[in-house]
Amino acid sequence: MSILDLTALELSAAIKEKKYTVEEAVKAVLQRIDQCDKEYNCYITVDAEGALREAKRVQQLIDDKTFNGPLAGVPVAIKDNICTEGMLTTCASRILYNFVPTFSSEAVIALKNAGAVIIGKTNMDEFAMGSTTETSFFGPTKNPRNPGHVPGGSSGGSASAVASNECFFALGSDTGGSIRQPASYCGVVGLKPTYGRVSRYGLIAYGSSLDQIGPLCKDVSDCAAIMEVICSHDPKDSTSVDRQDNDFTSALVDDVAGMKIGVPRDYFAEGLDDEVRETVLKAVDVLKEKGAIVEEFDLSLVDYAIPTYYTIAAAEASSNLERFDGIKYGYRTEEYTGLHNMYKKTRSEGFGDEVKRRIMLGSFVLSSGYYDAYYLKALKVKALIKKAFDEAFARYDIIIGPVAPTTAPKLGDSLKDPIAMYLSDIYTISVNLAGLPGMSIPCGTDSRGLPIGLQLIADCFNEKNIIRAAYSYESACGNYHKSITCGKDGEN
Amino acid sequence: MANIISDETIEYVGILAKLELNEAQKERAKKDMADMLDYIDKLGELDTDGIEPMSHVFDVKNVWREDVVTNTDDRENIIKNAPGEKNGMFEVPKTFD
Repeated sequence: MSILDLTALELSAAIKEKKYTVEEAVKAVLQRIDQCDKEYNCYITVDAEGALREAKRVQQLIDDKTFNGPLAGVPVAIKDNICTEGMLTTCASRILYNFVPTFSSEAVIALKNAGAVIIGKTNMDEFAMGSTTETSFFGPTKNPRNPGHVPGGSSGGSASAVASNECFFALGSDTGGSIRQPASYCGVVGLKPTYGRVSRYGLIAYGSSLDQIGPLCKDVSDCAAIMEVICSHDPKDSTSVDRQDNDFTSALVDDVAGMKIGVPRDYFAEGLDDEVRETVLKAVDVLKEKGAIVEEFDLSLVDYAIPTYYTIAAAEASSNLERFDGIKYGYRTEEYTGLHNMYKKTRSEGFGDEVKRRIMLGSFVLSSGYYDAYYLKALKVKALIKKAFDEAFARYDIIIGPVAPTTAPKLGDSLKDPIAMYLSDIYTISVNLAGLPGMSIPCGTDSRGLPIGLQLIADCFNEKNIIRAAYSYESACGNYHKSITCGKDGEN
Repeated sequence: MANIISDETIEYVGILAKLELNEAQKERAKKDMADMLDYIDKLGELDTDGIEPMSHVFDVKNVWREDVVTNTDDRENIIKNAPGEKNGMFEVPKTFD
């Protein structure tokens, strides 16, 4: 078995037992990147030199027992909208093509303090706006399970890097499904934590009321351990919450007896691929056989989630992206006449089509005369959606359904029709609107061999219910990542 | 009801969004925005009278902290990111005569 087949927790344990060194782990990942990344394009930046230097430092601190946590020595990839001090952070946009942050995001600092080694920055949809990682200024990422297909998005580079063993785990961000949907398409575990669990300090903002950083990883145990490291109260993020229940690994228990699981009928209605439906329902049966009490119910309002989301997210994006003006950082147009012309030309040349589409929509729905009809209306529907979930969680410990209506689409198929692409987020988006935690775990493949994800949703701050159910499922069905080979060389 | 975005509206949105569009891009933007608004109009099916708009999912109040400086002077690295720099400051195009 190759070192790359280990999970993050197994690797760190092996390093502490002196079976491997941190440098060996970093070199194995760098070699894997050399071998695969020309094809998959998971990374925008690979910091080989910095990672090898950091490996030496971390090894010493492990040897003298300063670093004794579960992620010490583990190579990690960071989505390119999460600031890393001294390392290029582009948001996959031309407008930030040369931006080098002078500070690191709180989540990255937490990982470094835990001894994780940053390998580089992963590709994404530009400014996290997209569902396929095809809108990146640096070209699309491919799905390592089948390179003719997209990895999903917007954290497609992170999901793909985990799936292809080009890192041991990764950070992504999820505004409308951007961790869970690529995790589903690539067959890895991805968790969007409750809004406020992880500090957004240093996460370049898209839809601030919806954005949340979370892990993409090889199994549920890694996921719980990463969560324990990155969740914290941060005074620098006013929406960060102070919780005393961040002991997520305590929920790694193989027991769902008596757990009440709701299966929303609306998530299995028209539009859901038959193979996805069948596979997800089989996964629900696994939990039922282990003693969970499963009940179907009507969640309601599912069809209203996408229009609500696009109104709110576009409004917030139009405001958040005002800061890109060609003055403080990033791209500036070459020829211009005066300040306003410079702003307009810089932004028009610097942003891609999808980003411009959302900035314009957001500017419109916030503009005088339309604010009440669109933006305020969406905030009211958001309240209704939240209420529907509140009612569901009065009865159920978790809700289970598919992550996306289909498996990964073919490269190039989604960008032709924006609204059709938006529909791929139909089951993930309302989780962000309601601030809930949601996880995707692999639960099988379709007839073409493409992974299918199972989505587990809990009430706010009840990540442990999800982790417990996901761990029980994984215990029954085995680790998906280890069960399939995705490398071209077969040694993966 | 199908939305139609006029030239004036798209012009106005361009001003708000600080984006410059050529004629072909304007036509595309008009169509894309109309399509999205048609889609968003679905929210009109729901009766939301008396519903409080929800901007934040939790009942949070203003969060205060002391304004204490914790970072050091990093002017040199900050300025390095700027497309235009002069005497250690951001350089901007002339804004008024």
